[in-house]
Amino acid sequence: MMTGNRRPGPEPNAVPARAGVGLKPPHGSAILGTRPDVGFFEVHAENYMGAGGPPHRLLEAVREVYPLSVHGVGMSIGGAGPLDRDHLARLRAVVERYRPGLVSEHLAWSTHDGAFLNDLLPVPLTEATLERVAGHVGEVQDTLGRQVLIENPSSYLGFAASTIPETDFLGRLAERTGCGLLLDVNNVAVSAANLGYDGHGYLDAFPVEHVGEIHVAGYDEEPEADGGRLLIDAHGSAVRPDVWPLLSHALGLTGPLPVLIEWDNDVPDWDVLHAEAMAADAILAALAVGPRRAGAGHG
Amino acid sequence: MAEPTVMAEPTVMAVFAEVLLDPERPAPPGLVVRPGADPRRRLAVYRNNVAAGLVGALRVGFPVTERIVGETFFRAMAQAFAAGHKPASPLMFEYGSGFPAFVADFPPAESVPYLGGVARIEAARLQAWHAAEAPVLGLPELAERLGGGAGDAILAVRVEPHPAARLVASRHPVAAIWAAHQVPGAPRFDGPWQAEAVLVTRPADEVRLRSLDVAGGAFAAALLAGASVAEAGALALEEDAGFDAGSALVALVDAGAIGKLKGARV
Repeated sequence: MMTGNRRPGPEPNAVPARAGVGLKPPHGSAILGTRPDVGFFEVHAENYMGAGGPPHRLLEAVREVYPLSVHGVGMSIGGAGPLDRDHLARLRAVVERYRPGLVSEHLAWSTHDGAFLNDLLPVPLTEATLERVAGHVGEVQDTLGRQVLIENPSSYLGFAASTIPETDFLGRLAERTGCGLLLDVNNVAVSAANLGYDGHGYLDAFPVEHVGEIHVAGYDEEPEADGGRLLIDAHGSAVRPDVWPLLSHALGLTGPLPVLIEWDNDVPDWDVLHAEAMAADAILAALAVGPRRAGAGHG
Repeated sequence: MAEPTVMAEPTVMAVFAEVLLDPERPAPPGLVVRPGADPRRRLAVYRNNVAAGLVGALRVGFPVTERIVGETFFRAMAQAFAAGHKPASPLMFEYGSGFPAFVADFPPAESVPYLGGVARIEAARLQAWHAAEAPVLGLPELAERLGGGAGDAILAVRVEPHPAARLVASRHPVAAIWAAHQVPGAPRFDGPWQAEAVLVTRPADEVRLRSLDVAGGAFAAALLAGASVAEAGALALEEDAGFDAGSALVALVDAGAIGKLKGARV
């Protein structure tokens, strides 16, 4: 609950079904100086959990002009232990201060024995995991007083112990907790190549009715000993050519949604990043002109 | 139906965590990859992500330290730190707070005795960047508070530091070395080799450094820790018989180190 003397934040503003980009401090002056036509900005929640300073000044200024999405990377929703209550309180403070239109987190774990490992680690997909993750998602939503979106992971391996297909797991999680889903189609490309399934088939099985946002990004590629491909979810380059058709396919299934360009490493000049957003906007615009039938986007 | 070859689910994650953090451990059974791929290679991706993520956070926070020793040396030093120090929270900008002490005691860096001091400056800059917002005392307010120069009024003054203010004292000219390494390939620092204190502040939207001599550093350290101008000035006089506490206070205010004055108006 809001405390009585807290300065009220801005009204939450809906994130539109347009392309947005991750907010990077080096782009701050370009964004605030030229007010580019971008649907929204997304930030990693943890980068705005400091007490004050230039990060908050930038975000406040951007938030006055653009819709905002807050993307957490440290909640360890899939962790074996209880959620970190201090971290949950920090997330609540960010959400209360900035009133984002969207809040999201990951189906992953990152904390072990009290140490934060700074990576999104894989969870075995079992009934027991679903029970625990649903509890964690419920706790996050109760604490924030709002819905969160949970993102499908990028996987380099799976577990023989898993008994539930990932798409079913996410759909049941959404039905059980009322959470939405964040569909990262770059993660779909990465996981499909690494685990040996068809990304378009994964999308056809995805519980699209729960999706509230889509992510695209660039992956890195390394050859493997048997001549196959290992894809790394690197967020350090332009969106790869095979990911754009996955985006079209996904949007054909979901209808128009906010689409984020994630480019977190080797961040390019603003114009390069903006061009990626315009490419995604073009796909959204084509969708609006001629909506595709579900599943008709490839083949 | 019993599945004797499949571990219970919490065990799966615990085993994965142990294997992830110990590169000597072989890949556990029960990892699934595409046909033909090697699960050990995939486990290595996660191991590398964890290591590279921690080293990357240190590279972001300590660019000048890296520039002084070079990327290869820095990476090895950061990996050695990361192997024994995992982040205590998901706030990665806090991760490097213990790094300067590790650098100062890192045996392979013994020949660069000022490296730990430079790293302390960079840690202080990072803390200042994220510190809480608060008004900065300005020179006009200082003058007004002192009542137009009434003699000894200044001696009783005590201050509340601005939340971003940090002081780094070193036996080496670390601020000058830090400044000399702002661009890649900069010439080696060639100035006088003397002890130095560095005042780190964030009066507006950027972090600033101001170099202080030993007496000025002693004054600033005492004043920011709660001493009066008279008490802090007495300490500084032990270092420099000509020390002027009044102008030292003005310099601290001018740098944005003071949030407000406290104590009674004389």
